Amino acid sequence: MRTIKFLLQKEFRQIFRDRAIVAMVIVMPVMQLLILPLAANYEVKNVNVAVIDNDHSSYSQKLITKITSSGYFRLTGYDFSFKQAYKLIESDDADLILEIPHGFERNLVRENEQKLFVAVNAINGTKANLGSVYLLNVIQDFNSDVRLQFIQPGKFNQQPTIYIDSSNWFNPLLNYHVFMVPGILAVLVTMIGGFLSALNIVKEKEVGTIEQINVTPIKKYHFILGKLIPFWILGNVVFTLGLLVGWLVYGITPVGSLLLMYGFIAVYLLAVLGFGLLISTFCESQQQAMFVMFFFLMIFILMGGLFTSIDSMPDWAKTVTKFNPVSYLIEVMRMIMLKGSGLKNILSQLGFIALFAVVFNSLAIYNYKKTS
Amino acid sequence: MKQFLIFIKKEFAHVLRDRKTLLILFGMPVVQILIFGFALTSEVKDARIVIMDQANDPASQQIIAKIEASRYFKVDKTVRSHQQMEEALKRGDIRLAVIFPANFNNDLLHQNAAHLQIIADATDPNNATTLTSYISAIVQDYLADFNKSNNIPYRIAPEIRFLYNPELKGAPNYVPGVMALVLMLVCVMMTAVSIVKEKETGTMEVLLVSPFSPFKVIVAKAVPYLILSLINVTSILVLSVFVLHLPVNGSILLLFAESMLFIITCLTIGIFISVKTNTMQVAMLISLMGMMLPTILFSGFMFPIENMPVPLQLFSNIIPAKWYYIIVKDIMIKGLGFGAIWKETLILAGTTVIMLVISLKSFKIRLS
Repeated sequence: MRTIKFLLQKEFRQIFRDRAIVAMVIVMPVMQLLILPLAANYEVKNVNVAVIDNDHSSYSQKLITKITSSGYFRLTGYDFSFKQAYKLIESDDADLILEIPHGFERNLVRENEQKLFVAVNAINGTKANLGSVYLLNVIQDFNSDVRLQFIQPGKFNQQPTIYIDSSNWFNPLLNYHVFMVPGILAVLVTMIGGFLSALNIVKEKEVGTIEQINVTPIKKYHFILGKLIPFWILGNVVFTLGLLVGWLVYGITPVGSLLLMYGFIAVYLLAVLGFGLLISTFCESQQQAMFVMFFFLMIFILMGGLFTSIDSMPDWAKTVTKFNPVSYLIEVMRMIMLKGSGLKNILSQLGFIALFAVVFNSLAIYNYKKTS
Repeated sequence: MKQFLIFIKKEFAHVLRDRKTLLILFGMPVVQILIFGFALTSEVKDARIVIMDQANDPASQQIIAKIEASRYFKVDKTVRSHQQMEEALKRGDIRLAVIFPANFNNDLLHQNAAHLQIIADATDPNNATTLTSYISAIVQDYLADFNKSNNIPYRIAPEIRFLYNPELKGAPNYVPGVMALVLMLVCVMMTAVSIVKEKETGTMEVLLVSPFSPFKVIVAKAVPYLILSLINVTSILVLSVFVLHLPVNGSILLLFAESMLFIITCLTIGIFISVKTNTMQVAMLISLMGMMLPTILFSGFMFPIENMPVPLQLFSNIIPAKWYYIIVKDIMIKGLGFGAIWKETLILAGTTVIMLVISLKSFKIRLS
């Protein structure tokens, strides 16, 4: 116990001596949480539309007004030939082309049916998908307006209809920040914990001080614990800072229990730090450790369900995410912060993370050799 | 010239010695392409949903059969109570719940109006919107069949065509982004760190007193990374064509020329960072925070730039990767020629020249 106390004293001195680390711990969370949610906004708005109006009728005008006033679309081109409109798509000035054919109004009234042509730039799949869904909704809406003009609505519906009452739970305003902030918080804790711990033992190796530790009677697990505890505390500090920023800037307060969140983070940090230390024992230089950590973190974060839903991944990828600690944290963060899930809802995730923590740390202790 | 070649050989030895880093340098683009190409899709499929059928009549059953038949959803019909449904939503087991109230068919037939409730887990807003709209489309489809006998008057039928990427795959958006990211990583970070390493270990002094011009020392440092990057570009393109089946629509020659330009831009940025810093850790942090993170954030392949606040949109213009990303997308996916991208090319070339001049000006031949 006494040994660990002295080791901790040493580690804390080294950490606070290094300005870069202190700055990273304080500035990174604040900066990231300030910029990332603003940047990572997948809300689809400002879809640029080019309209080719071959009809020039009052209906086509009404439709265009309806589209531009819906709030999702920006009219960036009007009355081109298709070729010109296509140029706009090529130069990224338009995302959608709506072509209103010649005789739109006349055919609609006389023949009861008229086609509209929509071409979507689908390089960005999400935007294309949602943009077209929005446009279809506007057109539907316009369609029922037109119908109302011609058919007197009776007391009862003329035709059987199904009304869909949809409600959005947990985030009724469909606010994207609410979705991103807990996820970014999870990534933040992972990145800081991972990089700091991965660089640490390697630094001792590079500077040569590890030799001095190797010749002392310090036990292997003492050494690893001495490295683990300071970063565990720093991780909690980062997490607290992140929560504060989320509350002060975005007004997001956890729906669920704060205690439960700290409890989960406590176990999670052990897992991430253990992983970092494991990498640290494998590598010879800081540059190498940095790259290896970057490689793994990139995979963890990309496949963690931060940006794209895990549900739509193929089966092999779903299996991979089972071994991805970050995906558990992101999921649990969103569950507790947004849905107010309780302990019994997150038990399985907690179990997996605890398992990761045990495995990574034992491997790190096993792989740290006091003899070279 | 012979001296120069020997220097390059020395640098190659440095690079090739560190096997783990090398493995990651070549493994990274492969793994990224595979993840982006296969695992990350913006299309929705296999979303887990619950259907609570309190009506259990012909109409509800037909709609449920339609929903089950679509590949968007994985339907669970075992949930019976609202409490269970709420629990499942909270646990994150399901994304959406569809509730058919009792007498659904009767309402539809006799009152001509039936109600259907959808509850979506909107923690992910886009997912919720998409799933809800899919369900509505299925219901509309059912209604259209139902009403076939009496034609709907004044119908507008929009026809949608998805250009460039009809299956809404993620790859066309991501492959150019991965190229920019990997080149940035190899050229900026590796170059900066390797030059600063010489400073930190003290071998820079030896190089500076050698009869070889200091500028050439730096250039020789950059050459191995140039070659590594070209190998990476090639491997990414090969993977994307043969594994992701994403063909290069434009000229490959032009693509390589532009990549070469971007690699040189990145190398000069790396040199610039190394000139300004003295320790590896600082160089690493600056290239990571100052270059990598902005590249991921502001090049436009992960996060839509047009949704950002105006100051950030303006800021994105100084990120070289953004312009390279546009260039690759235009050549590779849209198949455009040089005429469409000369502006972007000019910006990259300008950045390179400015960076080079600044780093040459501030390059110190003497140690402090």
